[in-house]
Amino acid sequence: MEPKSMSKQLRARRTLIYIFFGILTLLSLIPFIYMLVNSTRSLVQITSGVSLLPGSSLAHNLQILKGYGMNMWQGMGNSAFISITSTAISVYFSALSAYALTAYDFKGKKIIYGFIIALIMIPGQVSMIGFYKFMIQLNLLDNYIPLILPAICAPASIFFLCEYISTVYNKDYADSARLDGASELKIFHRIMLPMMKPGLATMGIFGFIFSWNNFMMPLILITNQKLYTLPMQIQVLTANGGGGHVVEWGAVYVGVSIAIAPTILAYLLLSRFIIGGGNAGGVKG
Amino acid sequence: MENTKKSVRKKKSNFEKYNRFGYYFLIPFFVGFLLFTLYPMIYSIAISFTSMNGWQSFSDATNVGLQNFITLLTSTPLFMKALGNSVMLWIFTFIPQVLLALILAAWWTNRKLNLKGSGFFKTVFYLPNMIMAASIAALFGGIFGYLTGLANLLLQNLHLINHPFNFFQSVWGTRGIVIFIQFWMWYGQTSIVYIAGITSIDEGLFEAARIDGASDGQIFRRITLPLLRPIVLYTFVTSFIGGLQVFDIPFIMTQGGPQNGVYTLSIFIYNQAFAYRNYGLASAASVLLLIISAVVSILMFRGFRERVNIGGEE
Repeated sequence: MEPKSMSKQLRARRTLIYIFFGILTLLSLIPFIYMLVNSTRSLVQITSGVSLLPGSSLAHNLQILKGYGMNMWQGMGNSAFISITSTAISVYFSALSAYALTAYDFKGKKIIYGFIIALIMIPGQVSMIGFYKFMIQLNLLDNYIPLILPAICAPASIFFLCEYISTVYNKDYADSARLDGASELKIFHRIMLPMMKPGLATMGIFGFIFSWNNFMMPLILITNQKLYTLPMQIQVLTANGGGGHVVEWGAVYVGVSIAIAPTILAYLLLSRFIIGGGNAGGVKG
Repeated sequence: MENTKKSVRKKKSNFEKYNRFGYYFLIPFFVGFLLFTLYPMIYSIAISFTSMNGWQSFSDATNVGLQNFITLLTSTPLFMKALGNSVMLWIFTFIPQVLLALILAAWWTNRKLNLKGSGFFKTVFYLPNMIMAASIAALFGGIFGYLTGLANLLLQNLHLINHPFNFFQSVWGTRGIVIFIQFWMWYGQTSIVYIAGITSIDEGLFEAARIDGASDGQIFRRITLPLLRPIVLYTFVTSFIGGLQVFDIPFIMTQGGPQNGVYTLSIFIYNQAFAYRNYGLASAASVLLLIISAVVSILMFRGFRERVNIGGEE
């Protein structure tokens, strides 16, 4: 008798949990559904009621968005360029640094490792003003270099990759390559990088999304509208909306959808890597 | 004999030779660190002791010693307000986030419950964390917009309010929205970290407790929570330091208003530096941010060490 009633209780509990999950799921998705639906509806439709059915004003809204003098496709191109290059740089150099810290024995290794972990904790805003002034001196305002090159030094990625390499590194592979006369750099390129692929993919996704979503740095360094990144364009779009005149919300939602769509697509395709990455990051806590 | 000796010596010299590459391979990182982190940081700290403003260069700026710090802490109510706002918004975000994340993690790792579809739910709950904060600010600006935003339409349809409520004219309305967004963006991530933490706990401990007849609640309180403490502490610190840096959402949604209700520390630093060009004062604020973050991190590592000691005693 008892196990049966237990399982009944258990089933009730499970049902409640699933209902709760359902609510959280709605909470996660409704804002995005609302945005997508409204990007196809006219202003009158948006302001008069809620609907889950798309309207027919997508082209009209896109037209208005264009009328704001903003080229979202250019913004997307700019964001993509910065994100891809900075991600490539951070993945490569973080892997190199992590490899150095895993495969070799040298003095001060532990101190350097501790130091890199400490760096993760330093807020970016601390060096921001000095960085800005430094970039003025180098005449690098309105230039993408300061948004890309600092990716060489990505302590969080190094930390993650160190943990990752220690699970796949096998000294014998490196040693046998050494016997064959391979150079250290070649061992890294030909043997280690391919072995680290899953870890690099995870790190790459995080790096890309971080750069894609980054708002403050480009806001400080870029003033030329043609060089604006997507988050900056979104800000202009919202500021237009907040200007007090009738807000063309349909156009705003189209703009936001354009900015978000690539991330959502990438996320849905690669979520296994991403959530696994979150996992790996957590174990270290 | 001689042969082996030779080979050992040879091996050793090889060993020493290739280990130098550890240093070589770290060179790019250190160059990047010196140029893009250390030098700018020292520069910021140096600027914080000057009255650098407008288009002054560093050599033109006058050294004012600790004046900027004194000004910030004694006669800049906006700074104290910004710091207070950042901490308050963080507290209201962090507490519900950790509670929900712990509950979710406990459910997901409970073998008896054996929940299905956890991959789907994790993916969905984590989703907001991936989205550009600027877009989320724009989106919620629309959802909670005056007169005809989703929230006002729904609340009126449900007859919970008679007149549209202007969220962005209300201090707590705006704070509530910012708090909700931060919570909404981060609880999924936090719960995944906790799940990883719980799965790394020795399964035997749970089994032994279950055999002894412990209830789920007892197991959670007596085994899971104490062993998860370092991870909770870790999320506490990273979330606190992240909380002090909150910028995009309040800045884009209301520029920190109304009545500076969501004016955060980072908005203060940004405005002082890049709207008013008070670099001295802004840098001093960022140095204070560094000090606060450092103190909290060091306290956390202390906490870790304590925990290790306890583990040793057991």
